[in-house]
Amino acid sequence: MNSDLLTILLPTLALTGWALLLLLVDLWIPREHKGITAVLAAAGLAAALGLTLSQGRLPAMTDSTVMVISDGYALFLDVLFLASGLAGVALAHEYLKRANIANGEYYALLLFSVAGMMLMAHAYNLILIFLALELLSIPLYILSGINRPRLESEESALKYFLLGAFSSGFVLYGTALIYGATARTDLPGIFAALQSAPVNPVIFILGAVLLLVGLAYKVSAVPFHMWTPDVYEGAPTPVTGFMAVAVKAAGFAVLGRILMAAFPTVGKDLTPILWALAALTMLVGNLAAITQKSIKRMLAYSSIAHAGYLLMALVPFSNRLVNSDVQASLLFYLVAYALTGLGAWAVVTALEKQNGDGLKLEDYAGLGKSHPWLALAMTVFMLSFTGIPLTLGFWGKFYLFRTAIEGGFTLLAVIGVVTSLISAYYYLRVLMYMYMRAGSPSVERAPWLQVTAVAAALAVVLISFIPNVLLNLAGNSLLLLP
Amino acid sequence: MSPAVIIFIVLALVAVACAVAMLVSKNAVYSALFLVLNFATIGVIYLMLGAPFIAVAQITVYAGAIMVLFLFVIMLLGGENLRLGEPLRGQRLIGLIFGAVLLAEIVLLLIFRSGMDQMVGTLTIDTSPAALGLEMFNKYSLPFEVTSLVLLVAVIGAVILTRVDPIRRPGKPDQDRKDQSGRQA
Amino acid sequence: MPSEWIYIGIFSLIALALPAAAILMAGVLGPKKPNPIKNSTYECGIETTGETWVQFRPQYYIFGLLFLIFDVETVFLFPWAVGYRVLPLFAVIEGIVFILILLGGLLYAWRVGALSWQ
Repeated sequence: MNSDLLTILLPTLALTGWALLLLLVDLWIPREHKGITAVLAAAGLAAALGLTLSQGRLPAMTDSTVMVISDGYALFLDVLFLASGLAGVALAHEYLKRANIANGEYYALLLFSVAGMMLMAHAYNLILIFLALELLSIPLYILSGINRPRLESEESALKYFLLGAFSSGFVLYGTALIYGATARTDLPGIFAALQSAPVNPVIFILGAVLLLVGLAYKVSAVPFHMWTPDVYEGAPTPVTGFMAVAVKAAGFAVLGRILMAAFPTVGKDLTPILWALAALTMLVGNLAAITQKSIKRMLAYSSIAHAGYLLMALVPFSNRLVNSDVQASLLFYLVAYALTGLGAWAVVTALEKQNGDGLKLEDYAGLGKSHPWLALAMTVFMLSFTGIPLTLGFWGKFYLFRTAIEGGFTLLAVIGVVTSLISAYYYLRVLMYMYMRAGSPSVERAPWLQVTAVAAALAVVLISFIPNVLLNLAGNSLLLLP
Repeated sequence: MSPAVIIFIVLALVAVACAVAMLVSKNAVYSALFLVLNFATIGVIYLMLGAPFIAVAQITVYAGAIMVLFLFVIMLLGGENLRLGEPLRGQRLIGLIFGAVLLAEIVLLLIFRSGMDQMVGTLTIDTSPAALGLEMFNKYSLPFEVTSLVLLVAVIGAVILTRVDPIRRPGKPDQDRKDQSGRQA
Repeated sequence: MPSEWIYIGIFSLIALALPAAAILMAGVLGPKKPNPIKNSTYECGIETTGETWVQFRPQYYIFGLLFLIFDVETVFLFPWAVGYRVLPLFAVIEGIVFILILLGGLLYAWRVGALSWQ
């Protein structure tokens, strides 16, 4: 164990230790006071956030065993994951009470999952990447099934677990083949081996593709998206919100890391695959979302569609000229998507009833009159998802398309624009229901949900006035290129 | 023929025979037991290949714990006498086709041996458990600790998802019973 | 390298052979005077009714799962134990941390009541 490792991972290790304590402390907290656990979990996340921010001036470095890396990219993502974790706690507290699942384990598992994500952002070795992937996924398999007597929740957990285990198998097999071809598992080592040593190209590309497929499952890219709607629909809504945002971000974090740190020299083999994945994901996600009646399923397909846009950011990864743009637009879009997504899921959680009703589009009828603030927040989120100016989503898509065009993928950018236009149909339909249909929606009195929704909406609008600040932060977080 | 080759042939025959017996036996419990024998044989083959750690893992985890779990599940579901039949139609045909393709691929590879020299590398590392331990605790100390976290989360998952009545089971079972009786009264 | 491990194979063969020999010898040397009571399943006890293969309680499954998880822990501790003499101090500490983390899991399972039979 070297000291660099501890320095780099200090926030992650602190969070892990806290999660462990929380798991045990919670056993002595009575059922009626699970709010204490929620507060403790939030405190742990906030403390880790503080530690992460205090590391902002840490020079980019790896430890002596090249297991982890600390750079702006990882720190940026750490902040994103911790903030999503905080939102996950805020979304969950009242919901769990309402649904009568006051399991304190929820918070400990959430913290473990966030720790896995942070580990994933810092991981610089395929072995650690695999383990971090498991550490972030397994708690979520459990959380999807935490509403257990409900059949949908059980189905969701089972499907998520089976397909997740399947995709982990792909990642592991890919790792094994890459190791077989290069005799290395650390990312810079793989990069170096590709340049110097004779590498069996068939085995290496096969491994790289398997790795891509495994991660494509995790970020639910078409054609590996089949599980997403069912899992998102069946899982408890706060869990779904956290999954849709944070897991996707973690998947893209590691995809970006691997592609840019280890694979830049095999771009000509991998770019067509990524191109096809991105195009398919944008098309299928958006088209399938149109026909959805349930808001949860609609947002699930929307999350697939956004995975497509995020993949578009990665397509020109091997082009050194736009390398920093790739990274900046990826991270920017992740933030835009996270804020919008968490806010939207907070609204969905607020409208869900105890028995699991209130998730149809019709249930949003009349929300504009009865709860104008919540409806306004939802409006902001829907506009941001669509990519309409004055929202963060617009700038996210703008930088994304610019990167794609600069990288020479104009057709992909055109597909992106066209599918965004298609997506306007189903996002704006929510607005139509909220403002033009009469109805009396019931909203749970849940202050934290409303705080989350309003704060996210404010952030989405306000940051859209100063997109350059965020873009610079995202772009300055240089990757250590070997 | 060297003794190692003879031992290998015997082990391989036992392993294949067990695998076939596992597939054809009608009682799921017998199938599971044949699988145990198969795992154990494979474990000995690992030992012969100079990979004692993997052999130990194979025996303790696969032949030991996982098979115990298999047997529990079979007994739990009462699946020891499954009716023969295909839940999904056409699986056998597909299986047959894929099996034939795999066999053809292996045969072709053996005949032509193209690219085999590139694929087979030799590792000149010490594979004894002690050497493995040194490597694991030096270079791979972080993955090692993360593994324990993954296992811990698995424990939590096993407990949460199999708890008999998750709604009415907080910390203390005794208190709960009091609650229930209070409600009845 | 493999030669050291052959001994384990020989030992396990002997371990199999000894009890087998004992049972066989008893069969060969012992006197045989069968009667109906002796031939029953239990000489003293109640005859079983119904099938031997009954449905297990799900609780066994929880124990099986927990056993599996701690079994995997054992596998990881195997090289730790074997290499204990050559390992530096921090490696020993790492192993202890590993055990402590999993001990947390055991404490959790115990406290939640997963280990108590209902």
